[in-house]
Amino acid sequence: MTLLSIRDLTVHHGQLRAVDRLSLRVGEGEVLAVIGANGAGKSSLLRAVAGLTPPSSGSIHLRDRDITRLPAHERVCAGVALVPEGRRLFRSLTVQDNLLTGTYRKRPGPWTLARVYELFPWMADRRRQNAAQLSGGEQQAVAIGRALLSNPDLLLLDELSLGLAPVVVRRIYEVLPGIVSGGTAALIVEQDVAQAMRVAGRVHCLLEGRSVLEGRPQDLNAARVEHAYFGIGEERH
Amino acid sequence: MSLSAALTSRAAAAVDVRRAGRSATVSALMPLAAVVVLAALPFLVYAGVTDTLVNLFVLIALASMWNLLAGFGGLVSVGQQAYIGIGAYSVIAFAGQGVQPYLAILLAALTSVIFAVPTSWLAFRLRGDYFAVGTWVIAEVYRLVVVRVDSLGGASGKGLTGLAGIDQTLRGALTYWVALGLAFASIATCYLLLRGRLGLSLMAVRDEETAAGSAGIDVRRAKYLVYLVAAAGCGAAGGVITVSSLSVNPDAVFSVQWSAYMIFIVVIGGIGFIEGPLLGAVVFFALQQFLADYGSWYLVLLGAIGMAAALWLPGGLWGVMRDRTGLSLFPVGYHVRL
Amino acid sequence: MEILNAVIQGLLIGGLYALFAAGLSLMFGVMRIVNLAHGDLAVVAAFLALALVSGTGLPLWLVVLVTVPMFALLGYLTQRVLLQRSLSSGPLATLLVTFGLSIVLQNVLLEAFSADTRTLDGGSFATGSFRLNAAVSIGYLSLATFLLAVLVLIGIQLFLSRTGLGRMLRASADDRETAGLVGGNPRHIYGIATAIAFATVAIAGLMFAMRSSFDPSIGPSRLIFAFEAVVIGGLGSLWGTLLGGVVLGVTQSLGAQIDPALTLLAGHLVFLAVLAFRPQGLIPGRTA
Repeated sequence: MTLLSIRDLTVHHGQLRAVDRLSLRVGEGEVLAVIGANGAGKSSLLRAVAGLTPPSSGSIHLRDRDITRLPAHERVCAGVALVPEGRRLFRSLTVQDNLLTGTYRKRPGPWTLARVYELFPWMADRRRQNAAQLSGGEQQAVAIGRALLSNPDLLLLDELSLGLAPVVVRRIYEVLPGIVSGGTAALIVEQDVAQAMRVAGRVHCLLEGRSVLEGRPQDLNAARVEHAYFGIGEERH
Repeated sequence: MSLSAALTSRAAAAVDVRRAGRSATVSALMPLAAVVVLAALPFLVYAGVTDTLVNLFVLIALASMWNLLAGFGGLVSVGQQAYIGIGAYSVIAFAGQGVQPYLAILLAALTSVIFAVPTSWLAFRLRGDYFAVGTWVIAEVYRLVVVRVDSLGGASGKGLTGLAGIDQTLRGALTYWVALGLAFASIATCYLLLRGRLGLSLMAVRDEETAAGSAGIDVRRAKYLVYLVAAAGCGAAGGVITVSSLSVNPDAVFSVQWSAYMIFIVVIGGIGFIEGPLLGAVVFFALQQFLADYGSWYLVLLGAIGMAAALWLPGGLWGVMRDRTGLSLFPVGYHVRL
Repeated sequence: MEILNAVIQGLLIGGLYALFAAGLSLMFGVMRIVNLAHGDLAVVAAFLALALVSGTGLPLWLVVLVTVPMFALLGYLTQRVLLQRSLSSGPLATLLVTFGLSIVLQNVLLEAFSADTRTLDGGSFATGSFRLNAAVSIGYLSLATFLLAVLVLIGIQLFLSRTGLGRMLRASADDRETAGLVGGNPRHIYGIATAIAFATVAIAGLMFAMRSSFDPSIGPSRLIFAFEAVVIGGLGSLWGTLLGGVVLGVTQSLGAQIDPALTLLAGHLVFLAVLAFRPQGLIPGRTA
């Protein structure tokens, strides 16, 4: 069963065509990773799915519902939550208040504040701290918790590894399987190919806004991924 | 010919960057012709007409200064009445010392600049919207201080001395010429300033302040200069108001109403265009004359028009005209033609 | 003893200034708008109450209970219809629109009610007072106004910190786009902020109208007091705003002790002094 289906999506970033007639699907409960070099159009894709950048053409459907023109805040009600690039926590709010903003729309589902604290036990102890005082990795965890509390059917994760130490990245990615095992689907955009391949059920590689390679991680060998990633060799079509 | 050379020459042929559009060469003489005709008016029409036009010229000068501040410098002030008041009182004070009142207008401009230096130090601590209200408070402070000075007439104001010896008709004509000169000088100052280095800096600042700062443009200095020039212009305008009305009243010269006039003239005419205040002042002036019998309803209408212009006509009337015709009387931007 | 009396009276009126300032501060914090018509709205509330009392014969307390929610609704609509549009037309537009609104409101009031000064008759409560000692007497209305101001500020604070919507208002103030990503509709949130601002300024206007005379032209000076209270106290902190209001009130009251004509000037000078020597305000809140 398809949860998210994107057809012929074109997204402009200023004058630049960041996403170029891209089509892809995410199944219910599936984890799809979109990899690609800097500027391949990954973040523009996620911003369009989250409703932050209106696409120039094409359509985005969530199950049977056309959400192409839905504003960002209504997509949250429809079941889409984005963990934005650079975390974007509310700096003057405490950790707990940041998490609770995720409950604003009161979407029913398994995720509660208590369950987020179960997932990240340190957060409960530091819930009264200002979000700005957390380290980058901690902020990333709060941003994930905040998105989860809106009980999304589809979780969008934008460059989780950006600006974080490798050991921190690994720890963040360790919790992902636990999250998606509950039935939440995820669309991950990532430069760190190794991390993305480890958690994803399927991978798309983007080059200049187009998908140049698609497959299950175990079916793709490193050389093909590398070629697609950098846009060399015969893989372009 | 190599490919790159061919491309370069084609590109050069296709793109023609010029500052003054064709219309400017044709219309360069228009303002001058207008000034000559206007200067001759005291010989042609009744004094009532020229007296009314003095008000129009003052409004043009004030609006041009506000446009320079807000439209080009990004400094939205609601407190320029401070300098109108300082200028008006300067003329009274200098005339009291025996200075010829018309010459005292120049000193009024200078006095305003002198007051603007410490004022800017305080006001520039506030940004954006807070700058607007901050300048307003500062104007109030000047008013409250002035009314405490007994030698300036306190709260009831003071009459202008030094013009009694001049024949009334001649005085009317002289005031008219001075006001015309002020309006002309204001527009010319804006034009010359914006054509020069300052204009480029300001446009860079307006488009992207942080980027302009990192590109080596001294943002603060550019804004500071604009602020001082606007103070001088409003000070001189205040001086003209005094020689025209022959007296000064603190509540009138320091009134925030002046800011309302300036702002709405510029917004209706077209903010960020040198032509804007000119056109806006004429429209405003016409409204004021037509609605003179309806009390304060004209201010209600003015406010409503100003709001509508701010929302739906960000380029004002001049912006609309320019989009339709490509006309530009005072070209200060660069036009790229393909 | 006269000094003590001046300080106490100034403190009490400072509460009223804080009430004027709370909405201004909230709107700036959430939307980055300085509403230049803020003071005029207070005057509109006063005239509206005056017209309702004389037109319907209803008791004043009932009129107040009607006026305040009406202003909240008016605020919500003003945001959705007028200010939201100006927010998308650039930073200049909001200033110009609120300034235009200020001019329109003042002159409509002038045409409708003339320039005569009026008062809202609060009955014996408004004129009554009790003596603290020989020199200090406290008006019931002054005290009630101060307590009301503190209650309103506490109410806003509780709303902001304890409710989901309040939390979203704070989140929007930090980062509007991300607030949308967790489901906050910016238009609705801005509407709520404006509704609170309008309601509080209506309360302030009504309390002011019961204790002093008013006319259509006094709006701008209310705006200036509110603005000074916000800047003196520190941007973005409600308790700072209360302190700012009190500092302004006490300064004005002490200035008036020296010379009644110094009342306003003393307040402005303290504002300028804060601007010169402590531009972040007495209690700096989060960065605004």
